[in-house]
Amino acid sequence: MTPVGPDPAATTDRQQMDVDIACVGFGPAMGGFLTTLSRELLNPDGSPKLESSCMPGGPLQVICYERADGLGFGVSGAVTRGRGIRRSFPELDLSQIPMATAVKKEKLVYLLDPTGASNRSFALRAADKVIRTLGSLIGCRENALELPLIPSFLQKHDGFVLSLGQFNQWVGEQLTSSGLLQIWPGTPVSAPLIEERAVKGIRLADQGVALDGTPQDGFMPGMDIRAALTVVGDGPVGAVGRGIDAKFGMPAGHHYSEWALGMKMVIELPENSGLETGTVLHTFGFPEPGIFGFLYVHPDRLASVGIFIPSWFRSPVRTAYRYLQHFILHPYLWRHLRGGTLKSWGAKSLQESGRRGEPYLAGDGYARIGEGSGSTNVLSGSGVDEAWTTGTQLAEAVIELLQQKMPFTRRNLEESYVRRRRASWVDRESRVAADSRNGFPQGLISGLFGMALAGFTGGRVVIPPPTSRKIGSSLEERFGARIPPAELQKLKDEAAGRSLPLHDQIMNRCGWPEIPFDGKLLVSHQDALLTGGSVQAPPGYANHVSFLRPDVCKNCEPKLCVEMCSGQAISRGESGVPQFDREKCIYCGACLWNCRAEESGEPANVDFGAGAGGLHSTLN
Amino acid sequence: MSNGYHIVVCGSIVPDPLQTLEPIETPAGPALKNEMLLPAVLDPWAGHALYEAANLAAHAPGSKVWLVSLGVKAKLQQVMMTIAQKVSFELVPIDGPAGGFTDAHAAAALLAEAIQGIAGLDRSRLLLFGGWESASRGAGVTMQLIGERLGILDQFQGVDQLTVQPDGSFEVLERIEGGRHQVSRCQGAPALFGWATGNLPEPRNNPQIGMANMRAIMPALQRAKSAAPAAESLRYRSASPPKQQRQTRIVKNLAADEIAQEIVAWIEKA
Repeated sequence: MTPVGPDPAATTDRQQMDVDIACVGFGPAMGGFLTTLSRELLNPDGSPKLESSCMPGGPLQVICYERADGLGFGVSGAVTRGRGIRRSFPELDLSQIPMATAVKKEKLVYLLDPTGASNRSFALRAADKVIRTLGSLIGCRENALELPLIPSFLQKHDGFVLSLGQFNQWVGEQLTSSGLLQIWPGTPVSAPLIEERAVKGIRLADQGVALDGTPQDGFMPGMDIRAALTVVGDGPVGAVGRGIDAKFGMPAGHHYSEWALGMKMVIELPENSGLETGTVLHTFGFPEPGIFGFLYVHPDRLASVGIFIPSWFRSPVRTAYRYLQHFILHPYLWRHLRGGTLKSWGAKSLQESGRRGEPYLAGDGYARIGEGSGSTNVLSGSGVDEAWTTGTQLAEAVIELLQQKMPFTRRNLEESYVRRRRASWVDRESRVAADSRNGFPQGLISGLFGMALAGFTGGRVVIPPPTSRKIGSSLEERFGARIPPAELQKLKDEAAGRSLPLHDQIMNRCGWPEIPFDGKLLVSHQDALLTGGSVQAPPGYANHVSFLRPDVCKNCEPKLCVEMCSGQAISRGESGVPQFDREKCIYCGACLWNCRAEESGEPANVDFGAGAGGLHSTLN
Repeated sequence: MSNGYHIVVCGSIVPDPLQTLEPIETPAGPALKNEMLLPAVLDPWAGHALYEAANLAAHAPGSKVWLVSLGVKAKLQQVMMTIAQKVSFELVPIDGPAGGFTDAHAAAALLAEAIQGIAGLDRSRLLLFGGWESASRGAGVTMQLIGERLGILDQFQGVDQLTVQPDGSFEVLERIEGGRHQVSRCQGAPALFGWATGNLPEPRNNPQIGMANMRAIMPALQRAKSAAPAAESLRYRSASPPKQQRQTRIVKNLAADEIAQEIVAWIEKA
């Protein structure tokens, strides 16, 4: 019935519950869906406007399950134009949403390398030299050049800055206080229920199991929630969306080829930071040319500061945490951040394939919304508002189908939901963006050129897509010119012997300065896990990360899953097979797309399932 | 007992203790910085009391559990989404501050008043449960004060185990100094139990329980009365978090002696 393995509850009663609409994942897309739907559930006299088919005479039964322990535990510092959100809330008062504010000042900044350690091409070094030589004549100060213009497709000046956690919490409060629908955090969904070619609902994760999934005392099989419609909004690494992909495949020519890891800190700024509320900085050039950064200033002296490490950043040294610290220490930013305090920290994988990563948007009994449905615009770097809008589009379609008493078949959903989406600004702009990032695998300059080309020609002229899907160079390829082979081997052996990732040793050797820990803002990675949101792993759930074919892992070097793991939850095991510690996992999903098995055409060797727990912070 | 118990659990909410909490001075007295931004949880001590209440009710047919909770309504709603899938209860919400600086006497007065207002509550079957201590009200006297206001004479604090005897009386294990338990007996309801940790694990999430609970919880929250605990009797001279210096190293399976040696060495070095 489902695309999952042996059922540990085969000999136990697995309970079942019927609802009309089962929703998976509470993010901005689901917020948009439920907000729009909830307004059409009751007549003014309190009678049901849309009647339930599973509870005849009653109102529509809508239930949403979210994996994280709270509705506000999403991770994303967001600046958004908010076109779709404002359409849902025409009288939106940002002061009602904690940490939200209008964009007042927006800058695009090229960061030079003050350390001399970053891996810059000859052309980029030459450009840096010219910029430094011209110095203040062209506005270069603090090792940075503020660009005089921001391309129109990148501008967010009419938008607002959000903490996605606070925004989700605010939306969730509005929805649940109505009592019209139910949203349950802390409830991972393990798989879609698929019968023949139709999705019939979802299966919740088993509880009372050992880490390997075997039932223990108090075993409680995950309940089957059967529904006429399953709304899939569990993001790019969600178990239900990926289960549906595994069963139905992807449309021809579509694939999840590009990803990024976004890692951020929420920082309480020092009193004299000099940063105005509503300031938005977009940066590029440092800590490595392929790493983009941001700084958004919220009210009450809070700022979101973060970086994106894309999948085409091929360095096997890809520690987002240390790079983030170097980013914060860049003189252009540090002059504002020095004396600040780390309030929260987090990371998430971003599905950056855009329209090329769009799965089937609808099928019999299901529809997909949000980031996992390929809604992120990879040219404008915008995802929250697009995701929200896809949710509202699906809700409008569902209301239409329910009013006309039409079933949720693939055809009906395509003619209602997909048609709406195709006719909207979300789809129109995603077509422009589809090939805008093709140049980045060749380097920063060709990447920026490709973005400009696509942006200014409306996507009519683009750089051809890359032919290789390689996600990581070897250490020798990347660092052979800087570190002699014998020394490189010694570093590898030392890291393997101590079950540590390699990145710190390699970065130190390449000239990256040590981080001057201050106990407030610059803290160790493990301290960030505890002070920046606190990671939780409730007992009774199975490990949600496992390594499928041990031999593949044993022979894999460098182990990118270890290097990229945001919480240091994956370490080098003694046998060569990585070890997973769910008590440190923040559910970023980076291990899923950093498995090198896929480079050789094999399926990923990492199984990333439905997991409970993760970060406990609403500031992100 | 054939008719079961009427178990009232007093359980307020607190900011998630895993967060960094920072007291600040406000015109109204001390408060937590950005409290409304912080995730809230059911007070962990009260959580144990609630799970013990649900377990006792499950073994005594005819029993019913109420959760009387003081907190900001939006935060109460948030916490209900976390706990309402675990055990069946009826919520009696009081919309008021729960920042941890409320006078225990004032909080007890509000909670006692709410309990007295519960329709159909049978005092002869009443068991009053709560946390022995509180993650926010460390004075540890709120439950005792509620009991006094309700005239409940049999009170037990630091309870780890409550066993119903064949004759309907209770055997109670209370924590005492030296890591030991005092064994007491009482005739039965009405009685008050301030729970320590009890012996039960956190119940699993059960969607059917959640769905049934929420049908009553949301209307109850919508009807929640606002209440401001009286503040005249208590003045804070100052409030500050404990000084701390964090230097974390996560190691598993280390012997207790080795951990102790490492900590001693670290203290000597500091």
